Amino acid sequence: MNFLDFEKPIAEIEGKIEDLRHMGDGDGLNIAEEVARLQAKVEKRLRETYAKLTPWQKTQVARHPDRPHCSHYLAGLFEDFQPLAGDRSFADDSAILGGLARFRGRSVMVIGQEKGHDTETRMKHNFGMARPEGYRKARRLMEMADHFGLPVITLVDTAGAYPGIDAEERGQAEAIAKSIETCLGIRVPLISVVIGEGGSGGAIALATGNVVMMLEHSIYSVISPEGCAGILWRSGDQAQAAAEALRLTAQDLLRLKVIDEVIPEPLGGAHRARDAAIHTVGSAIERHLSALVTQDPGVLRARRRDKFLAMGRTGLE
Amino acid sequence: MNWLTNFVRPKIQQLVRPKEVPDNLWIKCGACEQMIFHRELEKNLQVCTHCGHHMRLPVKKRLELLFDDGNYKRIELPKVAEDPLKFKDLKAYPARIKEARSKTGEHDAIIVAHGAMGGMDVVIAAFDFSYMGGSMGMAVGEGLVAAAELAIVQDAPLIVVPASGGARMQEGILSLMQMARTTVAVEKVKEHGLPYIVLLTDPTTGGVTASFAMLGDIHVSEPGATIGFAGARVIESTIRQKLPEGFQKAEYLRDHGMVDVVAKRHDLRKTLINILDLLRNRGPAGQVVPLRTRVAAE
Repeated sequence: MNFLDFEKPIAEIEGKIEDLRHMGDGDGLNIAEEVARLQAKVEKRLRETYAKLTPWQKTQVARHPDRPHCSHYLAGLFEDFQPLAGDRSFADDSAILGGLARFRGRSVMVIGQEKGHDTETRMKHNFGMARPEGYRKARRLMEMADHFGLPVITLVDTAGAYPGIDAEERGQAEAIAKSIETCLGIRVPLISVVIGEGGSGGAIALATGNVVMMLEHSIYSVISPEGCAGILWRSGDQAQAAAEALRLTAQDLLRLKVIDEVIPEPLGGAHRARDAAIHTVGSAIERHLSALVTQDPGVLRARRRDKFLAMGRTGLE
Repeated sequence: MNWLTNFVRPKIQQLVRPKEVPDNLWIKCGACEQMIFHRELEKNLQVCTHCGHHMRLPVKKRLELLFDDGNYKRIELPKVAEDPLKFKDLKAYPARIKEARSKTGEHDAIIVAHGAMGGMDVVIAAFDFSYMGGSMGMAVGEGLVAAAELAIVQDAPLIVVPASGGARMQEGILSLMQMARTTVAVEKVKEHGLPYIVLLTDPTTGGVTASFAMLGDIHVSEPGATIGFAGARVIESTIRQKLPEGFQKAEYLRDHGMVDVVAKRHDLRKTLINILDLLRNRGPAGQVVPLRTRVAAE
């Protein structure tokens, strides 16, 4: 388990619990009591801490290495997953995973960014930062879903589109623009969930859904707090202040009506109870999906387009 | 207001502080570093008379250059909520807006105008780079939506002229949402069978490039314009590598298949009119006698 800075006091108590358990065997009763007492303390601390996370702390939770990633959701929520690869013109991009699958008995297309969880997988998935071929693959899969009348589910988790020479050379901007266009144009239900980090253009490329949801401690922003601080304050150290100013939390985005729902996370964040978090996300998707599949294809498209066409006329009251 | 205040005083003032004048008379070309007399430069549409380097053209000059006889009508754009996030910054966002407004005399970073090009009704939405770097926030999104609606109502082609650093940070996620919003707007123009042309000018980057600016039926650009998604500094610091010569310039994008035409500023109008004529299947511009039909149409 990795601990974040502000989780240190909690980590200490949990360390004590661990020590007690190892001492265990001898006079069992007292230790069990002590463990229970400490565990209650942990829970209390977690509840207090997580009830008032600052935007910067949420940014750290959203990027937590143990947080469930796209591949965990693929394994936990979908059956008969058939990965599909390639953009049919240049390459396959492992930063974006996608394919056909069964979700609660229904065939769907699922697409999402995968960050990886250790050095090897992080390199393989390029830390979840897609190149143009990734967005072109996403587009291809969305069009296929549209063709076969399958709902699309997208899982957003990226620091942003990859800023590299090759990416620019192959038209990163065009690939993202076309991906947004396709998201807005398909006639099947599109549900998007920001499961971790929604990083700018690279995120919105997959996130203009009929329903857009965010996990309780995920973030979604036009620029990273570090990037914003670097530009406005000329110093990345001001990332905390930038995180506040940007209003990048799920709660802020709900207030701004940019998203439709906040999905609650288990106590202490999704990384503390991955399965529970994944399950809750599944239930939320299912609830919206069963409502959306009854809608006429033309209506689905028109409502999605109207929703985004009207977005950003008003701000916080 | 008499002869003294109108004539004599300015004369004296000129004598007292003559320093102000010479600064602006000669302009140094950013490319070849030669000095150009300001009138020459203006006459040559801000293109260096020595090396042909295209400097940024103020938005109103741009509109004059594109429309027939430099005539166009602007439309008033719907107002949007100001400072929607109550953005906390070193300088308050409303103060930045105020400054940009007094500097440019514009309400925000976009102008929407309609008029004729080669006798054909055209709607143009042009970015004002001098207004907060042409950044796209809600007002700019509103401008593009209005331009698209106007093009549809007038059954006219839409030309968008971006000059923008990307999304406006001070409007955060609401700026990001303008990418989706403007995409829907230009899609509607295309669905009506109307040409949607993007004239990419220096610079076009970030969220602007990654949305409506890369969705044109045809992409035209000016020589040497910087066009890209990620900023050069961001790329350099990520990959720790020097960027190749001409990286993210208009010619580079054309060579990599993202831009159809790189046209010199002096040829832009001609090029665009020819494209529109061909797309709308009209005769060569010379053979169209717009006067009678235009009168009849009005």
